[in-house]
Amino acid sequence: MGLGRGASRGLRDLPPTILSSPKVGSVGRTGSWRLSRPVINYDRCTKCLLCWIYCPEGCISRAEDEKPIIDYDYCKGCGICAKECPMDSILMEMEEV
Amino acid sequence: MARVVIEMGNYIASYAAKAARVKVVAAYPITPQTQIVERIAELVERGEMDAEYVCVESEHSAMVACIAAAALGVRTFTATSAHGLTLMHEALHWAAGSRLPIVMAVVNRAMGPGWNIWPDFSDSLSQRDTGWIQFYCADSQEIFDTIIQAYKLCEDKRVLLPAMVCFEGFVLSHTSMPVTIPDQGDIDEFLPPYDPGWTLDVDNPLSHATITPPEWYMEFRYLIQEAMENAKRLIPIVDEEYRRMFGFKHGGLIERYRCEDADLILMTMGVMGSEAKLAVDRLRNDGLNVGLARVRVFRPFPKEEIKGLAEGVRMIATVDRHTSFGMEGFLATEVKASLYGSKNPPLIAGFIAGLGGRDVTFHDIESMMRKAWDWMEEGKVEKEVEWVNLRW
Repeated sequence: MGLGRGASRGLRDLPPTILSSPKVGSVGRTGSWRLSRPVINYDRCTKCLLCWIYCPEGCISRAEDEKPIIDYDYCKGCGICAKECPMDSILMEMEEV
Repeated sequence: MARVVIEMGNYIASYAAKAARVKVVAAYPITPQTQIVERIAELVERGEMDAEYVCVESEHSAMVACIAAAALGVRTFTATSAHGLTLMHEALHWAAGSRLPIVMAVVNRAMGPGWNIWPDFSDSLSQRDTGWIQFYCADSQEIFDTIIQAYKLCEDKRVLLPAMVCFEGFVLSHTSMPVTIPDQGDIDEFLPPYDPGWTLDVDNPLSHATITPPEWYMEFRYLIQEAMENAKRLIPIVDEEYRRMFGFKHGGLIERYRCEDADLILMTMGVMGSEAKLAVDRLRNDGLNVGLARVRVFRPFPKEEIKGLAEGVRMIATVDRHTSFGMEGFLATEVKASLYGSKNPPLIAGFIAGLGGRDVTFHDIESMMRKAWDWMEEGKVEKEVEWVNLRW
């Protein structure tokens, strides 16, 4: 139904309860909540993929060469990937306000 | 073929769940409800009831399992009492907010401490604002009929809310009386299979009850309020349709007894509304124009009907088997709120009686009504809230 994306204009457009089909960004791009962003230094990254495993939001994907890629549209900046990275190759950088 | 059985109220509730062709029952035992789910478990085990019986580790889990089953589009049932119901409290909000037509028998039992297994309405009335429809029964026939009616009502697309069918522990739950169980074919005609508007389906993935931002939360809450108003309109219609098919009628929102030309009307709920008929008859024999209004549905609250009922009445006496600490009985509060703005409203006296299973006989009710009658004649309610038979 796309709450927050302008698909419904008023309560007469709504289903009886909150229903959503799984799709990208159904309640908006939650990455906007982020205060600081994880930035991967690919020169140090060994592609161990611990960050990919630990990301609680599933915002890290694997490229064809197994390089981890962060999706900043949905990453909320929790910093778990940076904390778990054994090579300290992920740094948290403050977002500009 | 319709048949008459003589069984305790709890088993009547089990038979109603079977007759409604409930598909999933998730439950946890608690006195005085336990026999309801025990009998259902037996029926399922013997293959006499085609349902999935889910044993869970708590009442909270029972309600969550019912929510999941209902979201899969099947008719679900559970039963609980007192502390079991209050443990479910959080999940009750999820069921109503998800607009799932779950029906639950609530066998009313007082909340502890003091630890008590006997009846009053403190368990279900403290769930007043969860978005559940609440019925209160006065005899075992009404238990059966109301469970069937509740599915019909709750599954209506204009309602889609869950309902509690409440009845007092022991006084009804463990008392045997004859009940007519209609022909299954007729029940199936009255209550066709559940046709859900949406279901969880692995082939067509859907989430429900997901995050709802401030821009939309209020709209979904308004839809619940609107569904409650629809239920208020539909309950008397469903009750009348049931009467036409099966011959039993329970008064829709309010059962009235000898209210014509009454100067004084007693308002109460549950079995006190059955017992009070004797008190009304005795007072009528003494020439006092009194009547009884048994509020059968507490949510949605029938405020318009109460407004109509109060016209020309000089005194309303409410009897609450419950109290809201720091205020008064809920029924007293709601009746007063309903009458706000009426021309020449009646005096209102609130009685608190029968807490924790203390017996309320027709003699007690007659005393309350005589007291209220005297206050009516004096034109002044001496005590706005009176706790009946307190041992000072």
